[in-house]
Amino acid sequence: MLNEYFSSVDLLVLKPAILLTLFAIGVLLTDLMLEPEQKYLNAVMALAGVGFAAYSLGPWPLGLQHQMGMAGADALEAFRGAVIVDSFGIYFMWLFLIAAALSILISIRYLEIEGEHRGEYYAIMLLATVGMMILAIGMDLITLFMGLELMVISIYILTGYLRRDRRSNEAALKYLLLGAFSSGILLYGMSLLYGLSGSTDLRIIASSISQRPAGDPLVLIAVITICGGLFFKIGAVPFHQWLPDAYEGAPHCVTAFMSVGPKAAAFALLIRMFLVPLASVRDVWLPLVIGVAIATMTIGNLAAITQSNVKRMLGYSAISHAGYMLLGIVSGNENGLKGIMIYLMVYAFMNLGAMAVIVAMRRKDIIGDEIDDFAGLVYKSPTAAVLMLIFLLSLAGIPPTAGFIGKYFIFLSLIETGHYGLAVVAVLYVAVSLYYYFQIVTSMFTREATDNVVPALSPGIRLALGVSLAMTLFIGLYPNPIIEVAGNTVASILR
Amino acid sequence: MPPVPTAHYVFLSAALFTIGMIGVLTRRNVVIILISIELMLNAVNINLVAFSNLLQSVNGQAFAIFVIVDAAAEAAVGLGIVIALFRNKETIQADEIDLMKW
Amino acid sequence: MSNGYFENYIPILLLAGVVTLLAVGMLLLSYLLGPRRPSKEKLAAYECGVMPTGDARQRFSVKFYLVAMVFILFDVEVIFLYPWAVIFHELRMLGFIQMILFIGLVLPGFVYLWRQGIFDWSETDTSEWPDTPPVTLPGVSLVVPNVVQEATPFSGGSQ
Repeated sequence: MLNEYFSSVDLLVLKPAILLTLFAIGVLLTDLMLEPEQKYLNAVMALAGVGFAAYSLGPWPLGLQHQMGMAGADALEAFRGAVIVDSFGIYFMWLFLIAAALSILISIRYLEIEGEHRGEYYAIMLLATVGMMILAIGMDLITLFMGLELMVISIYILTGYLRRDRRSNEAALKYLLLGAFSSGILLYGMSLLYGLSGSTDLRIIASSISQRPAGDPLVLIAVITICGGLFFKIGAVPFHQWLPDAYEGAPHCVTAFMSVGPKAAAFALLIRMFLVPLASVRDVWLPLVIGVAIATMTIGNLAAITQSNVKRMLGYSAISHAGYMLLGIVSGNENGLKGIMIYLMVYAFMNLGAMAVIVAMRRKDIIGDEIDDFAGLVYKSPTAAVLMLIFLLSLAGIPPTAGFIGKYFIFLSLIETGHYGLAVVAVLYVAVSLYYYFQIVTSMFTREATDNVVPALSPGIRLALGVSLAMTLFIGLYPNPIIEVAGNTVASILR
Repeated sequence: MPPVPTAHYVFLSAALFTIGMIGVLTRRNVVIILISIELMLNAVNINLVAFSNLLQSVNGQAFAIFVIVDAAAEAAVGLGIVIALFRNKETIQADEIDLMKW
Repeated sequence: MSNGYFENYIPILLLAGVVTLLAVGMLLLSYLLGPRRPSKEKLAAYECGVMPTGDARQRFSVKFYLVAMVFILFDVEVIFLYPWAVIFHELRMLGFIQMILFIGLVLPGFVYLWRQGIFDWSETDTSEWPDTPPVTLPGVSLVVPNVVQEATPFSGGSQ
């Protein structure tokens, strides 16, 4: 105990985030001293930062999980309840560290090809990870808002990172304008929540809201604005327009990162907001979420069919995945939330894997993100083609792969809570999604190759592909460990 | 002299917020859109400070300071992106930014 | 809401009315009664006693926006110092250390900008920004009018 404003638990809880911040600043400053051909050292340093953060988070001595076990506590509260680390937060922090590490691995070669290999990229990626971590452990409106903004502003910059590329500029501008707009809407809802309760602590807000009379207009406006802001951040219809553009225009490796990390972080925020402060007004937001989930699956899946650009197609597929995950919120029981947790982790591996293949397709003078670029890939590089096939099968949710496990739990929870209609619709859209994923597959396996340039599988991309493949298959074939972990996680937020 | 009732601040904030929102949705100049977004964030600040005064809780003022900082960061990044785009495209009209369909 | 609430505004309205009347009246009187003998100097735009240099509606150098961005950021960082300064004595040593840490986080950003040459306004690195026309040195405009085409960070929008 240092004094009444600050305690040693505060430092312990934030240790992973502090380490990442220090390494981000370190990368920024050492980059100034590096020669152009030494820039890969930035990536090494950023990876070291992620490694140290993982060590300070993990079950090892000095690690957060270890210290929690030693204290015999289910959760550590810090900063007077503004930050709370429980299994939920730790699960998400692991997810973010994995996403950051894999994204850094696939970035090195891509940035060299683009001629934009600078330290800023890695520094900003680490800072975005810090923002996500704070989002996962925040229990206070101010903390959550700052984490959210640290994350999204970093992602705006990364989206526009190729500053000489007009597509990158445009994507960043659209993302920034719509993102800032939605932040404003979310913030307005937060200010109303504060006005209703006189506190920024989510738990106090929850108890004040449950005491308001039903149909209170202020509560109604607060719920609607907060839902709007949150739906925007996860890319749900009707707030999805930014997502395909941002995915298409961003550098390939940033698309990989932002399709996984920020998405999971936005879901962490959404689950926290819906289960803590807005839990007592479930009747108000449930119809909204159901409508948005159906619209999201419909538009995401149907618009993906017509796309010729693989990144844009994966953008629409990301929208439809957000729709499936929202269904877990609709059922809201243990299996539904467990489904979301597993889905997010699995999605990280399979989507990063698929994006890693697309990054490998980027060679000198070939952007490699059109479906035509994948024509005859199996003749040029059988490994890349087979890997892409496995990741696409997993994205569609075909049984022996990991993607099936996430969808299974969400559909199971829908049936448990009696939402049969929704379950049927969701399964139908899985069939639709098979169609567009197989457009890439047919292009890879049945068409003639148009050129002889083989994909550039650099060591970093190989490692990232290996990890993604191993986890996609491992979770698909032996899901018990992750189901158990996800079960603990859900228990910690439902308590 | 009685103080201004909190409801007035909330209505002012709601009006400002609506003006900002309409500005974002209807204007086509990127800089004007950024200004409209600032207007929305400042509407939120009015709300926060008014509630903070009403409820005698200091959290709202702290929140407002963080919102101001966030608005500045967003504006700086926004200007940076606008400059980068302008170098490549020579326009700041949102409807001329059409390389990818909206 | 008390009954006499809106009565509080009556003095303000009164003051606003008197001020408006006074200002409009003075302008109107000088317009009606004053002699008018226009000359070239009198019709020229007033620029703080300096010779006018061209039209004010000209495009600013991109450098100006960079400086504006950096200014916004560092300006707003200072906002955190205010609440801290108010309760500085209460926080004692720990508050001091925390603020040192905060400044320690802002400082690398400053060093980074410095090394990137953001503060180097006198020379334009045209290799970095190929589309930018070179920025003319400030001060030249004071000696030779109608030469400066681009505003510089120093002269701002007053040209």
